Amino acid sequence: MTITNRAVPAIQRAPESTDLRPGAEAGRRIRRAGPLAVAGLIVAAILSALPLYWMVVIASRTNESAYQWPPALLPGGNLGENVQRVLDNSDAAILKGIVNSFIVAGTITLSTVLFSAMAGFAFAKLRFRGRNALLISILLTMMIPVQLNIVPLYDLMITFGWLNDIKAVIVPFLISGFGIFLMRQYTIQSVPDELIEAARVDGCSTWRVFYHVVAPALRPAAAVLGLLTFMQYWNEFFWPFIVLADPSNPTVQISLKTLNSAYHQDLSQIFAGTFVATVPLVIVFVVFFRQIISGIMEGAVKA
Amino acid sequence: MARLDYKVSPYLYIAPFFVLFAIFGLYPTAYTVYLSFTDTSPLNPTTNFVGLENYTTLLGDPNFWNAVVNTIGMFVLATVPQLLMALILANWLNRRLRGMHFFRAMTAIPIVTSTAVVALIFGLSFYARDFGLANGLLELVGVEPVDWRAEKWSSWLAISTMIDWRWTGYNALIYLAGMQAIPNDLYEAAEIDGASRMRQFWQITVPLLRPTIIFTVIISTIFGLQLFAEPVMFSSGSGALGGGSLGQFQTVTMFIVEALRAHNRWGYAATAGLALLLMIIVVAAINFLLIRRLGSER
Repeated sequence: MTITNRAVPAIQRAPESTDLRPGAEAGRRIRRAGPLAVAGLIVAAILSALPLYWMVVIASRTNESAYQWPPALLPGGNLGENVQRVLDNSDAAILKGIVNSFIVAGTITLSTVLFSAMAGFAFAKLRFRGRNALLISILLTMMIPVQLNIVPLYDLMITFGWLNDIKAVIVPFLISGFGIFLMRQYTIQSVPDELIEAARVDGCSTWRVFYHVVAPALRPAAAVLGLLTFMQYWNEFFWPFIVLADPSNPTVQISLKTLNSAYHQDLSQIFAGTFVATVPLVIVFVVFFRQIISGIMEGAVKA
Repeated sequence: MARLDYKVSPYLYIAPFFVLFAIFGLYPTAYTVYLSFTDTSPLNPTTNFVGLENYTTLLGDPNFWNAVVNTIGMFVLATVPQLLMALILANWLNRRLRGMHFFRAMTAIPIVTSTAVVALIFGLSFYARDFGLANGLLELVGVEPVDWRAEKWSSWLAISTMIDWRWTGYNALIYLAGMQAIPNDLYEAAEIDGASRMRQFWQITVPLLRPTIIFTVIISTIFGLQLFAEPVMFSSGSGALGGGSLGQFQTVTMFIVEALRAHNRWGYAATAGLALLLMIIVVAAINFLLIRRLGSER
């Protein structure tokens, strides 16, 4: 399992890793992939990529060719033109949607990482009354679905005057219970108590301990949490659907909804829209896929 | 000064979560319960306390039960094959193999795609009634084309494949994490005893993976029963909240949003929200017990 450890830096390296067991070498030889596994993985890889490939094919051809049979299998030369068409579509306001989505996902990501690191540090290293009870209460709150509370939340947004304002899709989500748990676990794992005590003896305040000792050690976990959070809120659909009903100030997913309801005869334009909405995350994925994959795997082990 | 810092700052560090939760979690939950006993509506000048009327109306509302059946039907149709496929995929990913990074990355790539994008690609191209790829392929093998949105079974099937495409790889990675914690000695011993790969999978991997399987089942239940984006985007044109001409694929969440936004029945929507929460708890508990028993029989 050396492969795993190389793939995912620090965060994946749990103490219970089996690398050093005497039998690991032999075990690895036994568990080589057979032909069935290789074939299966190839099929799975193709199926995973196919819909995205198909999106590119339709987005890069004329609208007529989206309706022909047998279908065209290779991308065409109209991508730029189709993208231009969807960017110019003032009903869908997709450019505004992309900017809004960057603001929404970016703000939530920064604040989630910061607040989760602070709270995770407090729960891991500081002693205070009610610590365990408060920690458990966070776990319980993670189970409440937004759907349960949409009526009061909607009412609250009206009261604040936030309907059709992106504050409505930012402010309620500035911190996550999952993030606190992830950061708490990582602080316990990577910051020894002695280090904090030494800083205390030197007269550091709690904030300086956090800022100079703990925060630098939390960087790998912060990267993982940030990536997962950004992806989640870039892709969020349900709550923006409720509070951003006015199509002139959408997130990018809401722009796609507008395209779907008004332009469903214009496939190449809609697919150019989905292309534009997906490309930022594909770039993020290509650059950071190791951290993203380790984040998914790590999240499961922690939870 | 230092004393104050020791005593107070822990609470300052955790305050952001609890302040936001009080405003956007705790207060709304209490208010939802209150609303469910009233006839609150932006159209009503006054709000009346109506006791259990919303609850009795909901229990007698055929549209609500239709949404419940659709939600559970799509949940089962999507989740069972999804988790089985994820288990098999993880078992393959757990082998030693050239290009392992590539295969893991390919498995994970659907998660960059938003549910809205998935629904558009599948709904408008693959499951289009005319000129759709699925119907084109069916025609090749001599099967009548299907109007995917017209029937319950076909719309459920179409939506389930969208969910499975998006989430199978994600669950496979979670299983892979669990599998990597299983000590290799167990497989070596089994190999020496002459146990086949198949037997090793069912008798070592699956039982030891039970906690992870329970985790994925619970997560899938919580998110699966909140299904919204795929069916909403599956209806082309406006009026998407109805889930097809006869509500063939209207889910409970769509029913709630329809009550809130289209019908302006806020009290009723709050009641349906509580019913959804209850449904999630009950189904999650049933699944938990089922999976626990399945594992222990082996």
